[in-house]
Amino acid sequence: MASPQVSSVDLFEGVLRMADDALILSHRMTEWASWAPQLEEDMALANIALDLLGQARLLLTYAAELEGAGRDEDALAFLRPEREFRCVLLVEQPTVHHFDRLIAVLLTFSAWWVPMLQSLTRSSDVRLAEIAAKSVKEARYHLEHAAAWTNRLGDGTAYSRARMQQAVDEIWPLAGDVFEADEITERLVCAGVLPDPEAIRPAWDAAIDQVLAEATLVRPARGFRPGTGRRGVHSEHLGYLLAEMQSVHRMHPGAQW
Amino acid sequence: MTVGPPATVAAVREIVSRVVDPEIPVLTIADLGILRDVRVGPSGEVEVVITPTYSGCPAMAHFESEISAVLGQAGYGEVSVTTVLSPPWTTDDISADGRRKLTAYGIAPPVGRAPAGPVNLSVATHRPPEVVCPRCGAVGRESARFGSTACKAAYVCTGCGEPFDYVKAI
Repeated sequence: MASPQVSSVDLFEGVLRMADDALILSHRMTEWASWAPQLEEDMALANIALDLLGQARLLLTYAAELEGAGRDEDALAFLRPEREFRCVLLVEQPTVHHFDRLIAVLLTFSAWWVPMLQSLTRSSDVRLAEIAAKSVKEARYHLEHAAAWTNRLGDGTAYSRARMQQAVDEIWPLAGDVFEADEITERLVCAGVLPDPEAIRPAWDAAIDQVLAEATLVRPARGFRPGTGRRGVHSEHLGYLLAEMQSVHRMHPGAQW
Repeated sequence: MTVGPPATVAAVREIVSRVVDPEIPVLTIADLGILRDVRVGPSGEVEVVITPTYSGCPAMAHFESEISAVLGQAGYGEVSVTTVLSPPWTTDDISADGRRKLTAYGIAPPVGRAPAGPVNLSVATHRPPEVVCPRCGAVGRESARFGSTACKAAYVCTGCGEPFDYVKAI
């Protein structure tokens, strides 16, 4: 349970941010079912999406308990409006028909998620540490997979290299959201619940540099755009995603299967 | 006073151990190592503790209802199923018997311990585990790191040429 000095409001917010990252990226990956360049990749993307959905469910369930307002994982996933979502803009970007972009998103996200989860296994919050210890084993495979595809496309044909470079360039401004801290992050870092976002940065830099170099790709020189997702301000794409993701649940309130 | 079945841990464990994995029906939850504990309370109430293989394992709801069902059929009235995450499940928890059953079923069991240390990011240094074909025993070649379910990779045998699943170490 939470350290006594952490407010459950802060903890709810901190857990929800990670839950929404995993949930929305999971949904983006499910959109790829039957569209991947080969059958094995269809399976891989669906499996990664399933892992992320499982992680999102563990985190959303915990968030709902922390909130104590009678909401459950489903209410949080399917009944919140766009402005209440806390994911980074990186994970909500559309990727269908742009496999290169999907891989760029999965690479930059997983290169953060793996060291983040590794660090969270030592969180002062026991529940979060347990979820992280479970999830990190899966996230390792996701990072490996994204690295392998970045290499294959980057170090492939002139065309695939150009596409992969363009994808990295396009999503790059959004890749740094995960390192941003506000006063909620700072209080959670102080209490030992979350690692300092900047402490995760060297591992991210090292992984990205290594993968891009081996893939003969160039690390974009431009900086990151200031993030807004953590305070509920999203790109135009999240609204459409939620409209689709939430439609069945909203049409059949309380339905079970 | 009604006479119920013997509410001993051993008796309950014996019944619960018959619940099988829906994807790999030759493996029981005991073989898989996802049956963590069986507790019997003072008035005969039973608690079964299980853990998921993967966080998104879609079989967890199935296991819960199956456990309640087999114990219900055996006459146990008060049954609860608890899910725990810690310590996280690893393929190291699959029993030796479970590994033999997997091979006989045509699925290669995990090779080596769960990976630790830094993630291998280099295609140049990627060394898939050396897995032998469960059918003919020849060496397999990794065709995809993600197979038919989250817990498996896809291999192709260099001997008989058949594709087969490999339960990857996690």
